[in-house]
Amino acid sequence: MPYGPHTPGDRAHMLDALGIDSVQALFEDIPARVRSDGIDLPGPEPELTLAGRLEALAARNRVGLTSFLGAGAYRHYVPPAVDEILRRGEFYTSYTPYQPEISQGTLQTIYEYQSLIAELTGLDVVSASHYDGACATAEAALMTVRATRRQRVLMSRAIHRHYVDTTRTYFAAARLTLDELPTLPDGTTDLSALEAALADSERPVAGVLLGHPNVFGVLEPMSEATRLAHAAGALMVSVVEPVSLAVLATPADYGADICAGEGQPLGISLQYGGPYLGILASTQALVRQIPGRLVGRTRDVDGRRAYVMTLRAREQDIRRDRAASNICTNQALCALAATVYLAAIGPHGLRDVAALGAARARELEKALSEAGVPRVHAAPYLNEFAVRIEDAERVHAALLARDVVAGLPLAQWYPDDPELRDALLVCATETTTSAEIQRFATALAEVRS
Amino acid sequence: MTDTLEQTTKIPAGEGSGTERTNRELEAAARENEISTPDRDFTDARGAPHRGDGMGPRAAVGPSPQPTLAELSRPGRGDGKLPHAPADALDAIPEEQRRARPLGLPELSELEVIRHFVNLSHLNYAVDTGFYPLGSCTMKYNPKINEWAARLPGFAALHPLAPDTLAQGTLELLYELERMLAEISGMRAVTLQPAAGAHGELTGILMARAYHESRGDSERSEVIVPDSSHGTNPATASMAGYTTITVRSGADGGVDLDALRSALGPRTAAVMLTNPSTLGLFERQIVELLDAVHEAGALAYMDGANLNAVLGKFKPGQAGFDVMHFNVHKTFSTPHGGGGPGAGPVGVGEKLVPFLPSPRVLQEADGSYRLERSGERPTSIGRVRSFQGNVGVLVRGYTYIKAHGGSGLTQASEDAVLAANYLKQRLAGSYEIPYDRACKHEFIATARPLKAATGVRTLDVAKRLIDYGFHPPTIYFPLIVDEALLIEPTETESLETLDAFADALLAIADEAREDPETVKKAPHTAPVRRLDEATAARQPDLRWSPMTGAESPCPT
Repeated sequence: MPYGPHTPGDRAHMLDALGIDSVQALFEDIPARVRSDGIDLPGPEPELTLAGRLEALAARNRVGLTSFLGAGAYRHYVPPAVDEILRRGEFYTSYTPYQPEISQGTLQTIYEYQSLIAELTGLDVVSASHYDGACATAEAALMTVRATRRQRVLMSRAIHRHYVDTTRTYFAAARLTLDELPTLPDGTTDLSALEAALADSERPVAGVLLGHPNVFGVLEPMSEATRLAHAAGALMVSVVEPVSLAVLATPADYGADICAGEGQPLGISLQYGGPYLGILASTQALVRQIPGRLVGRTRDVDGRRAYVMTLRAREQDIRRDRAASNICTNQALCALAATVYLAAIGPHGLRDVAALGAARARELEKALSEAGVPRVHAAPYLNEFAVRIEDAERVHAALLARDVVAGLPLAQWYPDDPELRDALLVCATETTTSAEIQRFATALAEVRS
Repeated sequence: MTDTLEQTTKIPAGEGSGTERTNRELEAAARENEISTPDRDFTDARGAPHRGDGMGPRAAVGPSPQPTLAELSRPGRGDGKLPHAPADALDAIPEEQRRARPLGLPELSELEVIRHFVNLSHLNYAVDTGFYPLGSCTMKYNPKINEWAARLPGFAALHPLAPDTLAQGTLELLYELERMLAEISGMRAVTLQPAAGAHGELTGILMARAYHESRGDSERSEVIVPDSSHGTNPATASMAGYTTITVRSGADGGVDLDALRSALGPRTAAVMLTNPSTLGLFERQIVELLDAVHEAGALAYMDGANLNAVLGKFKPGQAGFDVMHFNVHKTFSTPHGGGGPGAGPVGVGEKLVPFLPSPRVLQEADGSYRLERSGERPTSIGRVRSFQGNVGVLVRGYTYIKAHGGSGLTQASEDAVLAANYLKQRLAGSYEIPYDRACKHEFIATARPLKAATGVRTLDVAKRLIDYGFHPPTIYFPLIVDEALLIEPTETESLETLDAFADALLAIADEAREDPETVKKAPHTAPVRRLDEATAARQPDLRWSPMTGAESPCPT
């Protein structure tokens, strides 16, 4: 068996100590009717051939293409310093810091993560991590239900489809109501529809959720939406992309109560969807409603500064069926990645990541527009936008044959929306080059001629 | 120290080459360094200097407390990772949408960043540094090829929305992993999407709900859990809109069959069992328990947290469980990451296949793979997260299973169970073993007699283990045993390690009788001693003070 330390002599010694002849004696409490006789899988496979198998599988993926795909997961430059720290066994082979005296490394990094995300969002309470942006959003929606004791939330349809779908799954289970808010032709959420939905006194609203930027890359009227939500006694949830917070108004600036988001852009590789980082932050007023671990700073008996998991009465291992969530294992190592990334890249670096993405996206918009492919929406965007192109899915496939991934055909997510049937969602980041943009424009001209 | 540095740098360069003179001066400076004494606020008993900032002693090697990133920050440090954006980059963003407050992130050189986190890592205990017998967590060795595999660029750089034709390698891996987990568990089909065990529980219970509703059976409003269950089980039931009914365990540690029967009824949606239980015991009446669940029309959920005990010995699907989750970060060796990420795939029997979350990984007639399209399977419970799951974790789990094969996995469970029984045997006598029969991969010991005789509690024993160089076991869980220590050695620890750990626990039992105060005040050798958790909860300090104004003007 690989990784096993026991010699035949070691096993014999342990069996002797137990006074048994065979390890099978230790499995006799499994009733014969349900005892199985092994697992039908080939192997063990020696590391050498296993490594070859994995390399061959990885090589069957094609990752070197010219890509404008974002839609909730973004290619960014990650300083090698980040992975250098993630590879430290002291971090990645430890577990939840149940014993604070020998877990100060993990505890302090979580405290630092909480502080950095608090700085980005302007909100003072940050949970130690959730599974991903979708689950953090669903948890944020559930928080508004607990805090207001109301049963209904309003979610813009222009929040990432997976987040809406995930929240819908969570809500269906708990018999709660989720209503989607329509969007205007400019790509923003329809605030008059929001106002009307909030006015329904029969069905009071717990929380209002908007994406910022939203799934179309568009900036939402967050201040006005927050004002409307608060006037109706509802909480405001902002679903963010964290890099954008380096240059955009923070959730605290426009008065949001809760912020959820996907932390993948903060130094975490794409990995076909995970592990990523669910960011969840709230105002101080909601500290006892926030799910997930929290780390606080305190002192030891000698007065030394130390860190510890705190406010644990919210959690499942203490409160069981009345816990704020069932979450136990979280995404701590991904939170560490974000912490190292932010420390390594610094405030100017993060601003540059956001601003360079915006600059490249404008360059992309210009190139596509000149090729006769205009934006769908008119509202301002940061680094992602939708373009209208006839026969979008066919064009997308033809571009793929030329090694260009032309973003995401929005018909996949909005099959019933005629406005989006012929739309591609494209993005640029600081890693996007002018040469790539030119390649896109040239290929586009070829497939359309 | 600063003065000393300045002395060195003030050495004049000398005229011409001036080698001799410079060397003489350097020598003088070196002598000066040797006799100079650093500023000290005070020293501790071992002579280690404190820095007067309340952070305790620092040493050249070994763990040292660390200031925060905010305290290390100096405006103007750290740059050069990226080109600067053009000045007009954000012109299209309306003024009122722009960030007004300064972005108070720390500014550090890369060396400072690396040193900070490397030094913090030294404050951690980990599997890579020592024995970590945390019950119900399966802290086995995390093989390094797994880390290498997950970082192969083909896996790591693949966008989650990449068209299927670009993702054939990963899709094949996921498709095969689903089938390997099905073979291991005897389940009909598997979803890899859930991000952790608790997330898998929620997914499984949502499928149970969808199953009952599909049959028009909408009166079922309860989930039954034993009193020894993980807290995640009742918390999951609540999230899924169910009321939790708790049934007691019998004297032998198993679920009390009669208690279960009387709790079961037409309102029962599911029963969540952990088998082996959190007491480390196999449910000897598992056949009768499952029959009772099914007779009531309920579904049987297995919490697979303890699967490492029964690989190749017991297949939950074959035994009649309808749904279960796997903890890839436990059974299949993927690292625990200081709290995560894990992965919590869910296996289902035939009845629940239609309700699996979307998207599933499908194989086409030509052998290629694709993801199910949105809305393709209307019976699905829908999405439980974004994208396809914690794929990077799943690559590691796949690698582990391949490295072992069926026989290797069975051997792993045999060795894990043998090690646990051996350790139990070695502790009997000094600690109470409340369930004295063959355990599976973990067992309960209690410090109950010790507490009665000496006042030393389980908490004290656990903290004293730290001084002996070990991570304490899980303590005070499960809740049904007083002063519980839940000990899980795993199959990857050597006999010498097991013996050293047993020796430590026996020595602590002796110490408790001879010198209880030393044990009660432990740990004595950790970077910090026991913490003031009450103040931490009463006056939560969850972030450092805002670094407003820390950002220097943007370089151009």
